[in-house]
Amino acid sequence: MVRVASTFGRSGTHDYVLVRATAIILTLYALFMVGFFVATPEVTYQVWTGLFANLWVKVFTLLAYTAVLIHGWIGIWQVLTDYVKKSSRRAFVQLVVSVALIVMWLTILFVLWGV
Amino acid sequence: MLLYKRQTTVKKQRPVNLALSTIQFPAPAIASILHRITGVIMLVALVFLTWALVTSLQSEQQFNWVSSLMDTFLAKFIAWGILTALGYHLLAGLRHLVMDMGHWEELQSGKLSAKVAMVLAIVLSVLAGVWLW
Ligand code: HEM
Ligand code: HEM
Repeated sequence: MVRVASTFGRSGTHDYVLVRATAIILTLYALFMVGFFVATPEVTYQVWTGLFANLWVKVFTLLAYTAVLIHGWIGIWQVLTDYVKKSSRRAFVQLVVSVALIVMWLTILFVLWGV
Repeated sequence: MLLYKRQTTVKKQRPVNLALSTIQFPAPAIASILHRITGVIMLVALVFLTWALVTSLQSEQQFNWVSSLMDTFLAKFIAWGILTALGYHLLAGLRHLVMDMGHWEELQSGKLSAKVAMVLAIVLSVLAGVWLW
């Protein structure tokens, strides 16, 4: 049984707003990345690291990872609460996904730090 | 005890239709489940994308390694799958946002926008394939 109507935010409404706000950030970042690959004739190591050397690209990338952390966290919760009826199993899958999202966030943070 | 409880909480014997193939799914229902499926696919994809990003930023050798991986059919196919899922999830997500603001909520417009999202996603998917190969 699902007893609490939210997972990341304070309430279900808060979760709802967070998913929408992060969706907009993710849309912009996806457009930016695809735009970069389409506009760049040859992506070399120099071009690639040069891109991420920009402070604003670091910030934008970390912002996108923060967005996907929140968006994915709430998103998988919505899916799990619909299909996985057993609370312990639901909590386990939620934990695995949430930890994976946090690990990726931290990894990106430290990698961007060094570029 | 348990049996007794069950019998008292479930009062009606409701009909169960297990002939799933006879159920018709309207376009908005398909659009909805595809949005869910592509969302979960994107979560899995994120592991690959993060790996590729992290590895390619480590050193020139590792960059070239990932770059040469991207020349293989499997990597291109995975990238194509990711782009297709992203394209659909994004379009259907934007449709969500429009509906949240109170538009396209009638039967006609709901059906039409669901179909438009799916057709546009197919177009994007083909474009992504052409671009990758
Ligand atoms: C890496 C990127 C993304 C991942 C991993 C992801 C994942 C997910 C997941 C798992 C769900 C839950 C699906 C459900 O409950 O049926 C979801 C919902 C949603 N996604 Fe995404 N998503 C991503 C990007 C985007 C983008 C770019 C948009 C752009 C508009 C978007 C819009 C939405 C919306 C509006 C919902 C809520 C749907 C609802 O309330 O039923 N997402 N996402
Ligand atoms: C949204 C998904 C993806 C997009 C937009 C995408 C597209 C591309 C394109 C077109 C290039 C340029 C290739 C070149 O110029 O030689 C590239 C390079 C690259 N791909 Fe992908 N691919 C995606 C997913 C993946 C996956 C799944 C992997 C891992 C197997 C990967 C690893 C890389 C890396 C690190 C580069 C470095 C840049 C380069 O070598 O040009 N990508 N990607």
